[in-house]
Amino acid sequence: MKQEPTPRLWPGEIFQALKRSDVKQVAYVPDAGHIELISNCEADADMTAVSLTTEEEGVAMLSGAWLGGDRGALLMQSSGVGNCINMLSVPLHCRMPLLMVVTMRGEWGEFNPWQLPMGQNAERVLQDMGVYVQRASHAEEVGQIVYAGAQLAFSSNCVVAVLLSQRLLGFKDWSK
Amino acid sequence: MTDTKKGTMDRREVLRAIVAQRGDVLMVTGLGSATYDAGTVDHLNTFCLWGGMGAAAMMGLGLALAQPDRRVLVMTGDGEMLMGIGAFATIGAQRPKNLAIAVIDNEHYSETGMQPTHTRRGVSLAGVARECGFAGAETVYTEAELNAVVPKLFEGDGPFFAAIKVNTQRYPMSIRVRDGVHLKDRFRENLLGAERAYY
Repeated sequence: MKQEPTPRLWPGEIFQALKRSDVKQVAYVPDAGHIELISNCEADADMTAVSLTTEEEGVAMLSGAWLGGDRGALLMQSSGVGNCINMLSVPLHCRMPLLMVVTMRGEWGEFNPWQLPMGQNAERVLQDMGVYVQRASHAEEVGQIVYAGAQLAFSSNCVVAVLLSQRLLGFKDWSK
Repeated sequence: MTDTKKGTMDRREVLRAIVAQRGDVLMVTGLGSATYDAGTVDHLNTFCLWGGMGAAAMMGLGLALAQPDRRVLVMTGDGEMLMGIGAFATIGAQRPKNLAIAVIDNEHYSETGMQPTHTRRGVSLAGVARECGFAGAETVYTEAELNAVVPKLFEGDGPFFAAIKVNTQRYPMSIRVRDGVHLKDRFRENLLGAERAYY
């Protein structure tokens, strides 16, 4: 996805929300929507950022992190949601907290039709598994929603996915 | 790469040889026979997976990063490791010094009818680990080789990998505690203390 021309503040606000929530391990499969956040996490001395080959590795890794006393966050694009489904059995059955921050594709002005099946169904599939979904669609609410989602996950030992609407990320207009 | 040697060791004897030297190691076992084996030598520092096939190695990584001063040992089967084979690349890139993985490799899916796994068909997990940048990676077939490799699971710079070839002997499933919440809570309470485990 193409970056917006104007600087955006919400990635920094997500980072601050993770810091305030004492997140120590950040696992990710890169997405353009997470560029700034990944760089911030990589640069932070108190965080370990781990690049994954596939998203379900992060579900397992952060379950291990929790066993060892670390809080974690898993960053991905909506296409990665499907890769996680069976692995979510681990935190769901064991009642371990997990915070997922998902940048959405396949919705707001999507140009690539291959993104639609997973993008349009990611929210429902997560909810079907028992994941609590919170959605952020406006720049000014992103930091607050991620922070509240983190509190929900870590205080109530549950799996929370914050979906960042594609509307936040803008889209490439292929009609021009 | 095709390997015609056969595993002759008994998986439970291998397990006993390893846990005899466990010290204060933190252990994660993968679903299936590795978890059943571990149930016969249950320990508060062991977390047994009963689901999430492919999770064991990555769970070990998260635990190793959270507890850098403790040794972490993942014990799992060849089928479970193959399902999470990308973990070799992720762990190889991260290079945690305190992580070791031992695959009890009987070259078959024991739980589902003894279908051969890829390791039966010539795939070398130690080869994968080595090429992914593990500090050490070995395949062992004999007791003498096993005795030489066990200390490397517990000391020396990781990530270290051992494929331990065993025969296809099956044991009755040991029905041990398998409630994940209990397994998680007792592991965390023992490691972190009750106050931190339940804050």
